[in-house]
Amino acid sequence: MIDFAGTVRRGWQHLIAHIDFPLLLITVLIMGVGLATIYSATFDSSHRMLNQAGNMGFAMVIMWFVSRIPPQKLMSFAIPLYIAGLLLLVAVFLFGIKVNGAKRWLSIGVTRIQPSEIMKIAMPLMLAWYFQKYEATLRFKHFIVAGLLLLIPFALIAKQPDLGTALLVGAAGFFVIFFAGLPWKVILGFVVAGGSAAPFLWNMLHDYQQRRILTLIDPTTDPLGAGYHIIQATIAIGSGGAFGKGFLNGTQTHLEFIPEKHTDFIFAVYSEEWGLLGNGLLLVLYTLLIGRGLMIASAAPTLFSRLLAGAITLGFFTYAFINMGMVSGILPVVGVPLPFMSYGGTALVTLFLGIGILMSIQTHRMLVKK
Amino acid sequence: MGDFNNPEADLDRFQFRLGFAVVFVLLAFAVLLGRFVWLQVIQHDFYQTRAEDNRITLIPIVPNRGVITDRNGVVMAHNYSAFTLEITPSLAGKLDETIDALAEIIDIQPKDRKRFKRLLDEAKNFESIPIRTRLSDGEVAKFAAHRYRFPGVEVKARLFRQYPLGAIASHAIGYIGRITDRDLTWIEESEKQANYKGTDHIGKTGLEQHYEFELHGDTGYEEVEIDAGGRAVRSLKRIPPVPGNNLKLTLDAKLQEITEQAFGDRKGSLVAIEPATGGILAMVSTPTFDPNLFVDGITPDNWKELNEHPSKPMINRAINGAYPPGSTFKPFMALAALEMGKRTPQQAISDPGYFNFGNHQFRDDKKGGHGMVDMYKSIVHSCDTYYYILANDMGIENIAKFMGSLGLGQRTGVDLGKDDSGESKGVLPSQAWKKQRFKKPEQQKWYAGETISIGIGQGYNAYTPMQLAQATATLANNGVMFRPHLVREIVDTKSGEKRLVEPRPIRDLNLKQRNVDVIRHAMVGVNKEGTGARAFAGAPYEVAGKTGTAQVYSLKGAQYKEHAVKKELRDHALFIAYAPAENPKIALAVLVENGGFGAQSAAPIARMVIDYYLLGKLPGGAAKEDPAAIEEESQE
Repeated sequence: MIDFAGTVRRGWQHLIAHIDFPLLLITVLIMGVGLATIYSATFDSSHRMLNQAGNMGFAMVIMWFVSRIPPQKLMSFAIPLYIAGLLLLVAVFLFGIKVNGAKRWLSIGVTRIQPSEIMKIAMPLMLAWYFQKYEATLRFKHFIVAGLLLLIPFALIAKQPDLGTALLVGAAGFFVIFFAGLPWKVILGFVVAGGSAAPFLWNMLHDYQQRRILTLIDPTTDPLGAGYHIIQATIAIGSGGAFGKGFLNGTQTHLEFIPEKHTDFIFAVYSEEWGLLGNGLLLVLYTLLIGRGLMIASAAPTLFSRLLAGAITLGFFTYAFINMGMVSGILPVVGVPLPFMSYGGTALVTLFLGIGILMSIQTHRMLVKK
Repeated sequence: MGDFNNPEADLDRFQFRLGFAVVFVLLAFAVLLGRFVWLQVIQHDFYQTRAEDNRITLIPIVPNRGVITDRNGVVMAHNYSAFTLEITPSLAGKLDETIDALAEIIDIQPKDRKRFKRLLDEAKNFESIPIRTRLSDGEVAKFAAHRYRFPGVEVKARLFRQYPLGAIASHAIGYIGRITDRDLTWIEESEKQANYKGTDHIGKTGLEQHYEFELHGDTGYEEVEIDAGGRAVRSLKRIPPVPGNNLKLTLDAKLQEITEQAFGDRKGSLVAIEPATGGILAMVSTPTFDPNLFVDGITPDNWKELNEHPSKPMINRAINGAYPPGSTFKPFMALAALEMGKRTPQQAISDPGYFNFGNHQFRDDKKGGHGMVDMYKSIVHSCDTYYYILANDMGIENIAKFMGSLGLGQRTGVDLGKDDSGESKGVLPSQAWKKQRFKKPEQQKWYAGETISIGIGQGYNAYTPMQLAQATATLANNGVMFRPHLVREIVDTKSGEKRLVEPRPIRDLNLKQRNVDVIRHAMVGVNKEGTGARAFAGAPYEVAGKTGTAQVYSLKGAQYKEHAVKKELRDHALFIAYAPAENPKIALAVLVENGGFGAQSAAPIARMVIDYYLLGKLPGGAAKEDPAAIEEESQE
């Protein structure tokens, strides 16, 4: 007799061997909140919600594959991925499709790709690999090299210009360097230098970037564009009150006052309907996500996996903080989606690549112990 | 910094920094929480009131799209106002029931329902979607009487785009259509979202797409008070929209019409350019289509018919068809030889009717050859042997260099489509091109034998009619080259200010006048005593030209008999010309697909176009093929 139940059980265990359940549970909860909010934002048809559910399924399959790749193997992707990303960025610089002054896309026959998206993963991977390689002989000069590895793609993306993505890529790389032990004196030096160079940096910004920051200070200057978004999003959040107006009852949302309501401004929809209570809950979920990620980083066995896990986790934080900050009117409007909540497939895939890497680091460590 | 290399200290430092990160994250989230408390608890009453008072909404007012007129002011694209019946799905309840009920008082066809379904799928939320367009006054009145029964259904006055000339110049003008996801991406990448609020149509092809952001105008808005259902009650403030800019073309609509008629039901293309400016006088691609079909969203049947038709009416042959230039290449070859010092006008060859290279014989069309042939005779009688030898003497790289400077094998950058990626490059053969084109090493090498048929415009050569017309115009303009363009000026509707699109030439080839004169003299000879003489018999002006025939089908040495070959396999007929020869006002390239000899079907079209443009002579209908026209061109 074949032990059918046993085979199924063993097969199942094999399938889930590299899934980290706390991490999975937290992301599924955030995505559940996201789907409900997308439904509310587009409630006359469930078309977008179903689409997004499909995107989630697809992204999670990618996560599953990535989680099965051991970290040692991930290391070997670092250089090819980084170089490919860099070459593509140079290609964008040289032959990119220019649309009204911004070159972000590269045409590859049938479709167009945005190479800066690759750098969101390639950058921390590369730097973590670099510090692992020089772990035993680390000198200050290595921080300078790491800084250059960070700066070149950053400059290429900022030049496109796409400041939002450049900041995200820059942050992901900076976190690796920070965790690798960049001296506090240097960090402090940059903060001071950055502060005093602010007027100079302001002049380097493009017109539309300057306009976005000015709009933040006085939203009424751009009533049909970004200023209107900020005003209406703030009203939505504020009128939500402590307990919210209830699911599907947001007047700001359903009377069409909130723009981009299922993508970048989804937080305004959520906040109007669920209030301070809901916001608190969401912050707790994000804190749990970040906490779990940092726990994985803390327990990781190699320098590479520590740095990578730490940087990816703080990447999630950066996304969430910038998005909620911009929707609630304390940061300028840049195109950063709310992680695991906003509608859109590309961002989900990038996020779940990160989750997959975290799971790989966590579960392969446990296997080593056994 | 010695402690960099102590693993234990490293780990401690890492753990410390993780702790620091945790503190930082918590602080940052605390700032957010603080902001939420400020907005949702402390300022709650204020925002609550504002949300309740948020009865004031901004309604975008879509600007009038710019009007397109030809060089003489003939309107080619404009707008008219008509009533549409629209449904806002979020307010209308059950859609099917609503539409059924509407159908009882207003005529709603199955195709209207189909279109509504499709638009509903593509629509942004809360947008109102047309169920019927172009209501009659009677229908508007009928609906008004029943309006109370239909919440979320409204009659709206909307502007519609119309192309009064119908199918004429449709490839140049292009058309507009409903905004799709792909257009949205374009708008977003161009940072124009705010300006496209309320706009539901956008340029899809041709000038309508290339000049989209000129034609669109600035969206205005109205601050209105709305009731709880979202319906406007009272207007508070109105910022009027700024209409889009008008386009004044270099195109001559009448010339365009005459040219299209001259093609009859033949497939092909003609591009006519004003040499002194690069302005396009006529750009024809036949068959054409009616752009008005696209404005309301084309019906699936019409789309299928246009898209699957074997003669491909949707393709703009002027910029997307690449054809071997055949013998129209010869004047450019001769000019290259003069400029590079490879030939003098007097230098003559003795033509036995073939040219042997290695163990291959390249044949001339005329059995027994043309006898002694100098440069003049080589063009007038289209002698192949002269150019086989010339190409061999010059070498492929010299040919490619000179033809490249005339713009052949490169996108002209004509102002059509979103950007120039919609234009074909054609093929300018060279060693580098071949290396890039083929994968296998033995195919990548350029063989000297391949250069020989390049000399008569065959082989790998392939150019668009636009490129040929540009090269001809450059020749007519003594080497001063312009980017071909359809729009002469953009007229700001408000200030009346005019902006020239292309005021300056892109380059001067610095040709020697002496050499240009030799070529002109020979091309005039073509139409006096050579292959174009029948087509231009009795013309009261001097015209420089050259016929050409481009091979579609290789006959492998067999004699080409036109009637023995199926229509789709007949050769393409070409003709290039400029007139008047001494002071050119028009330069053109004609291509008739499967037209046989250039003299037979392409040259008569050119005659009609030039007759009308220079003399104002109106022809009657299509140009006739002239089966008796002699062609002395190669079918190597």
